Amino acid sequence: MKKLLAAAALGLTTLTTGVLADGHESFPERPIMMMVSYGAGGATDFQARIVTMTAGNEDALGMPIAIINKPGAGGRVGWNWFATQADSDGYTLGAYNIPHFIAQSIEGGVEYSAESFEPIANWGADPAVFVVAADSAFNSMTDVVDYAKANPGKLTFSGAGLFVGHHIAALQLEKAAGVKLAYIPSNKGGAGAMKSVIAGEVLGGVNNLSDAFRAREAGNVKILGVFDLERNEFLPDVPTLMEQGFDIDNASVNFRGVMVPKGTPQPIIDKLAATVPTMFENKRVAGKMKAGGSPMHIMTRDEVLAMWAAREETLKELLAGL
Amino acid sequence: MEFLAYFGDVFAPINFGLLLLGTIGGLILGATPGLSPTMAVALLIPFTFRLEPAQGLILLGAAYTSTVAGGAVSAILLKIPGAPANIATTLDGHTMAQKGQGARALQLSFLASAVGGVFGVLLLIFLTPVLAKWALAFGPSHLFWLAILGVTVIGSLDSSSVVKGLLSGCIGLWLATIGFDDIMGAQRFIFHSSVSGGINVIPALIGLFAIPQVITMFAKGRVSLDAEVLTVEKHPIRDAFREVFRRSRALSIGTITGSVIGLIPGVGGQIAGLVAYDQSKKMSPEREKFGTGHSEGVIAAESANNAMVGPSLVPLLTLSIPGSPTAAVLLGGLLIHGIFPGSDLFDNNPDVAWTFINSMLIGQILMCIFGLYVAGLAAKVAQVPNAVMAAIVLGLAVFGSYSVQNSMGDVYVMMALGTGMYFLERFGFSAAPLVLGLILGPIAEANFIQGSMIANATSNVGQYFFTGPLNVGLIAIVVASVAYSIWMELRSRRYTTKDDAVRKEEALS
Repeated sequence: MKKLLAAAALGLTTLTTGVLADGHESFPERPIMMMVSYGAGGATDFQARIVTMTAGNEDALGMPIAIINKPGAGGRVGWNWFATQADSDGYTLGAYNIPHFIAQSIEGGVEYSAESFEPIANWGADPAVFVVAADSAFNSMTDVVDYAKANPGKLTFSGAGLFVGHHIAALQLEKAAGVKLAYIPSNKGGAGAMKSVIAGEVLGGVNNLSDAFRAREAGNVKILGVFDLERNEFLPDVPTLMEQGFDIDNASVNFRGVMVPKGTPQPIIDKLAATVPTMFENKRVAGKMKAGGSPMHIMTRDEVLAMWAAREETLKELLAGL
Repeated sequence: MEFLAYFGDVFAPINFGLLLLGTIGGLILGATPGLSPTMAVALLIPFTFRLEPAQGLILLGAAYTSTVAGGAVSAILLKIPGAPANIATTLDGHTMAQKGQGARALQLSFLASAVGGVFGVLLLIFLTPVLAKWALAFGPSHLFWLAILGVTVIGSLDSSSVVKGLLSGCIGLWLATIGFDDIMGAQRFIFHSSVSGGINVIPALIGLFAIPQVITMFAKGRVSLDAEVLTVEKHPIRDAFREVFRRSRALSIGTITGSVIGLIPGVGGQIAGLVAYDQSKKMSPEREKFGTGHSEGVIAAESANNAMVGPSLVPLLTLSIPGSPTAAVLLGGLLIHGIFPGSDLFDNNPDVAWTFINSMLIGQILMCIFGLYVAGLAAKVAQVPNAVMAAIVLGLAVFGSYSVQNSMGDVYVMMALGTGMYFLERFGFSAAPLVLGLILGPIAEANFIQGSMIANATSNVGQYFFTGPLNVGLIAIVVASVAYSIWMELRSRRYTTKDDAVRKEEALS
């Protein structure tokens, strides 16, 4: 009874303030949709489903979030749709992947840029790591770079595609070590890139930390370095590239989060920005993410805005030579 | 024999209930056009959040096996292949249904599916370590040659002439280039935002097969309103059993081709059915009957696409690499419960791993029983009047294309390709080679680019693509396949007169 009264009182206050304010306070009144620009079952889709599973709880949005997949062309199809056709009423959310969409907008040929979207909150950060097959002769990044120096352009290594985090990491490595490498993009994403490392088709590879962690557990690969500012809790024994003497920051880290299209009313953005990070902090969410080997990294709207701006600058500089 | 120890778990009441639910639900989802096995499994994942890991996987495994078989229902009765795996089933299956033998076609397809499926899962149980090596053996150069081998099949597949087959294959290859290219991200032929993501195979499949059908039905409906009432023959299940095992050549070709090709990451599932169909056609003494409602065609295609289910999971379960889109979705289902596939799965969670595999084995048999049970009823679909049928198929086609990525663009693509195909069919072209081109184009292209990038960095292109036993073996098969097609074409030309050709053409249209 007490709970009911409290809820009624809460409802009454929201109602009155809603009327007094601008009519957006009752948001959301119906289920919300979230667009994921990668296929069902991929890492982004998988994580998006977990972090939104508690959206219907009273302490979160109070309305469920349904995931809609719009895969194709490395995410371009979904983000094009989101920038040009999605309703900016707050009921259409989208998942973003940094640096992918910013790198693609710098490369050109798409209808969006960082200005087309309004971030809400960040839920995860999956750093890129350097992997080699379990039986490889390389035991540290220095070994890899030494080989590349002796055989310029002959060190083949795989990654999930062009203009994604893995490619950025590859460019950073080339720049920091001052060597020429042969980056082989896969058309089957991180899984395809990992397969070519394990099968010995390439000498090494850049891959997602979460996938590499699983592959190492299965005894298939060695992880030589993390492309991030600090070591990761999943891999406390693997040094960062910085520790191994290469000037590489976290520009290639794959940040995943929620955004809305530009033009969404500010009160709705504020409400989402206040609620969504707490939704990510839910214990059940954290448990499932940890079980799946997906590193969480919760950031608020302001932090994400700063991160987007910083990324754009680094990427413009890095991709200028291509 | 470790798997036997966990058989009891499958029959625990809750587990068995989930298995039944997954099987029946999977059959229904699979029979719905546009809902491919990958999507069906993805839709079910949220339901597994609250289940025990083993229970969740039972549901997913059962749904996977039965959606693959369920796709045959719409392929046979409506000529809409539910997924690329079922393309070959339409070729003979739908012709049988049109003759009123829908029940027979469905029974044969479910029995063949069960035989192929059980064999595939047994391979998964007994030969996993060996198979894992085989799955890894295929690098970019080998996948390239494999795709080329697929292209050589195009000419001899369901066409009155090799030239027309190759031509429609080329149209398919061209369609495959539309969109952002897979590796470099270059834009090609994007003249409308609907095709910016390329032509998705599922809407293309639905359009190319179903729409010409719909247009023909509407056209016929005006001419003869009541002439088309078909009698649907009853077909005793006993006869179907006898027939499947009498056609042991088609059955074994289908099963073996399906399991071998199904294993190759990224390629297998989509082309296993077509390659098996083509092989059993080439080896059959009654090869001219293929395409006219011949039971061998259905048996080979369906045994192949279910045989691929078990082996397609080998890379996922042993190496933690999803080899097919469906396997990627299953990986999500495992991760959500904190289970990492790979050696860890069999060492630390044997109950989950083996219960999952066993449930696929039992699922195959349950699927067959339910399939046989509904076959007689489902075949009555053929009695629906043409005009009504056309409307239903059209509705399903729109629904199926839209549901793939919730995009109207896919519906436009489906309609445009379908209408084009109606006119091409008038000139004796057929849809199957076109779809095969659409599927194989990206595989050949991406692997060629990847292969040549690796080759340029290490040795040279010639050495990379033309040496090594697997490359040479595949090239030899390609050459043999082309030579065989040319020889058959020449031989049949010599013995057919123009009248025969005209008659054959009329029989086909």
